[in-house]
Amino acid sequence: MEFPILSLMLAVPLVAAIACLFLAAPAARMTALFATLINLALGVMLWLNYDIGGAQWQFTERAELFAGFQYALGIDGIALMLIMLSVFLMPICILASWDSITKRVGEYMAAFLLMEVLMIGVFAAQDLFLFYIFFEAGLIPMYLIIGVWGGDNRIYASYKFFLYTLLGSVLMLIAMLWMVNEAGTTEIPALMQYDFPVDAQLWLWLAFFASFAVKMPMWPVHTWLPDAHVQAPTAGSVILAGVLLKLGGYGFIRFSLPMFPDASADLAWLVFGLSMVAVIYTSLVALVQHDMKKLIAYSSVAHMAIVTVGLFAFNVQGLEGAMMVMLGHGLVSGALFLCVGVIYDRLHTREIARYGGLSINMPKYALFFMLFTMASVGLPGTSNFVGEFLALAGIYEVSTFVTLVCTTGIILGAAYMLYLYRRVAFGEQKNADAAAMPDLNAREWAMLAPIAAAVLWMGVYPESFLAPMRQDIAALENRLASVAPEYDSELAVGTPRERAANYVEYHGDKGGAH
Amino acid sequence: MSFASSIYLTGAEIGLSVAALVLLLVTAWTGRAATRMITIAAVAALVGALVFTLSLPNDGVAANAWNGLIRIDGFALFAKSLIYLATIACLIVAPHYFEKRGGYRGEYAVLMLFNAVGMGIMVSAADLMALYVGLELSSLASYVLAAFVRDNTKSSEAGLKYFILGGLASGIILYGVSLVYGFSGTTSYDGIRAAFTADFSTGAMFGVVFVLAGMAFKIAAVPFHMWTPDVYEGAPTPVTAFFASAPKVAAVAMLVRMATGPFGGQIAAWQQIVIFAALASIVVGALGAIGQANLKRLLAYSSINNVGFILIGLAAATPQGVSGVLVYLSIYVFMTIGSFVALLMLRDGEGNPLATFDDISGLSTTSPALAWCLLALMFSLAGIPPLFGFWGKFVVFQAAVQADMIALAAIGIAASVIGAFYYIKFVKVMFFDEPKGAAPAKAPVSHWVVLGLSVLVISPLGYLLTPWLGNLADAAAQALFYAA
Repeated sequence: MEFPILSLMLAVPLVAAIACLFLAAPAARMTALFATLINLALGVMLWLNYDIGGAQWQFTERAELFAGFQYALGIDGIALMLIMLSVFLMPICILASWDSITKRVGEYMAAFLLMEVLMIGVFAAQDLFLFYIFFEAGLIPMYLIIGVWGGDNRIYASYKFFLYTLLGSVLMLIAMLWMVNEAGTTEIPALMQYDFPVDAQLWLWLAFFASFAVKMPMWPVHTWLPDAHVQAPTAGSVILAGVLLKLGGYGFIRFSLPMFPDASADLAWLVFGLSMVAVIYTSLVALVQHDMKKLIAYSSVAHMAIVTVGLFAFNVQGLEGAMMVMLGHGLVSGALFLCVGVIYDRLHTREIARYGGLSINMPKYALFFMLFTMASVGLPGTSNFVGEFLALAGIYEVSTFVTLVCTTGIILGAAYMLYLYRRVAFGEQKNADAAAMPDLNAREWAMLAPIAAAVLWMGVYPESFLAPMRQDIAALENRLASVAPEYDSELAVGTPRERAANYVEYHGDKGGAH
Repeated sequence: MSFASSIYLTGAEIGLSVAALVLLLVTAWTGRAATRMITIAAVAALVGALVFTLSLPNDGVAANAWNGLIRIDGFALFAKSLIYLATIACLIVAPHYFEKRGGYRGEYAVLMLFNAVGMGIMVSAADLMALYVGLELSSLASYVLAAFVRDNTKSSEAGLKYFILGGLASGIILYGVSLVYGFSGTTSYDGIRAAFTADFSTGAMFGVVFVLAGMAFKIAAVPFHMWTPDVYEGAPTPVTAFFASAPKVAAVAMLVRMATGPFGGQIAAWQQIVIFAALASIVVGALGAIGQANLKRLLAYSSINNVGFILIGLAAATPQGVSGVLVYLSIYVFMTIGSFVALLMLRDGEGNPLATFDDISGLSTTSPALAWCLLALMFSLAGIPPLFGFWGKFVVFQAAVQADMIALAAIGIAASVIGAFYYIKFVKVMFFDEPKGAAPAKAPVSHWVVLGLSVLVISPLGYLLTPWLGNLADAAAQALFYAA
């Protein structure tokens, strides 16, 4: 019996969450920070002990506690990276809420810790129904976080978030029931190898797609995201953008692709079409936003579209790129929401026009904001460059046209992010109250500096992050090999010429004739 | 089939009847002085009946009593245990409600006992005559209970409405029973099954439809649900809690036994009816609840909605489906009793109930413990994991998928999202809105105990019960399919 580290990672925040319900505000804050830091330490241990190139599923645990499904945990490299992302962002979220949340602090911290339990559970679950329970349960704390501690229009946003995502998920449950009935097992590793009948795959794929497309979110079911982001408190937005959006991508890579490869290939056009629309349309929408959080929310939709095209390229570059975009976007968009939160805490508005010239009075802030803006644009040396480059390289092997459209989206991304940065950080200081804001304090340093370091690490030496996933992505590519599409820009191979192209016919030696 | 073994097998009913009659005499002689003692004695009698029921041999072999009028099998024992448990919980929380109004009398406990006897007979009847006697005994007691607060017009109205519509439903069942008897020549379940398997005429079909329509009324399934919101709202809250739990279990169990027993050879004849009633109940129960401001009316629609999910299990017409129905019923009993007890505890200093959404706005700040319990109950009713209510939906939908009724499962589960809307509205009002009224008054310990136990069962810890509950329900369901 191995040391049950995954169960421990679930138990620590759970116990802390229950404790927070009964604690006063200062104690609850400390408890939450302490618990999330313990989980971060456990996560680091997990990563250090992960045997790269070893068994596909590591740290497995299994207990027959329930009827119909099992308590089965275990991770591969993909899940490891996403768990790391969650445990890394969690203490930062707690710090971000340190001063800005003043009412019902204990319940707030409990909701966040519960969120952490559920996110780790989703990535670690090895049983289909256990996954579903963790996946769906996330609705409850997020509904409360948006509804109780959100902005003015929080009730509309919380309803929309809850009902949208619930409607997306319930059909997936029916599909899961059918799959388990057909395959006779609830274990995810076994189901990933099971070949479902091709005509059933279509329906199953669509049912899963309904759920993951909403979570992702893909155009046109993305409309809950801007509302939820804008109304959620800063830390809520960070978790939403940083980890919850990754559940959709994780779902595709764990379920849709390996379990229904034929349907995935047949319906790749649908994913490409929606993603292309999303990249262009949401980028243009982001360009005209007046609200900073809304702008970043729309940019998330565009980035997630790059993830989906990368996933459905069915090759190693595309899959690795999609994972790297997910990790990079988790850090960068989380950091951008934190940057918005920093100035929102000072001026209590997200209106872009109310700021300006912040680089003069808040130079350190402006530096961090600049780094994350550049990372979001995909500047080489930052995390997002690696992912976007790989994903686009992957999709280029499938479709030149899709690559063309998605790359245009990257250019538009540069436009709206740089335009945002110019309006907030540069220019003259037209608002006296914005000009009087103090620069970052120690707590804000502690939030932003680790993310900045991680962004640069991922951009300069992505191998640390790619290595654990390599074997799993290769296995997935293997699984998809039989349905991988042709390369549409491949040069047509004609019959070779008999002679070199610069050959000039030799007409004999007429030398001496002139 | 000796006399002694018949008495032994129906010992719980006989014991409860004797206890009820004795307590009736005591009430008549002592008047109001002994109401507390009578309630305690009635609870003790029910606990005795529960223990006795659990001690009966449950080895997968059905035993007939009274020349085949009553069948004691795993299914009957499961349903009876649940009924007695729910009745005990409803009886424990009742006296405090009436204390301030001064309307509590010993007859209340006596009527509950008679009701329990009737329900016990309903779920174990194997003959149409025994079934009808049980049904009427339970119904008549229920009519009186609904009108128990005599000086309250709403309560009297509820009692009258329940009596008239309930009488109509009994008439419909009786008419169906007469047709079934006429075309099969027998009232015994086994005999009817044999007769219908040999020859199923149009007239017999009419009989089946009438019986099912009357039963749909008793379980409050659409389109026979109209009485539910009015009766639930008007009846005293402890009585409403009772109506939504024990008699519903009994009526569903009676329907399941009827559908799989005497009509079990003609599944195609009733399956479409059940499918329609299931989907219509889910949709109407969900849509009807959206506009409600009164909490009791809202929970009434919620119970209609839940019956729809229960019927999905029955529509599958398989042992898995019936097992799903029983698991769902068990979880539903805890959820519904928990919700109604929470409503009972919502009363201001003068004892007036906090009856509408406005009254409970901001409850999470005025009474956090109660608000968190209600939050768990509401998410559980909505079927959101990790709360245990999800498991009930899971098993019935699993049965439907295993029976290859994917469209039914998909439509049913999609419609459950409509229902989620008003459950989360409950949470919104308690947690997101600012408090308007005063904090609720302190509730008695008995209420907290019942509420706490219910919430404990529907919390994620409930999943630890699934292997045990699943085995019991499977065995109970298997008992019905003995001939198949």
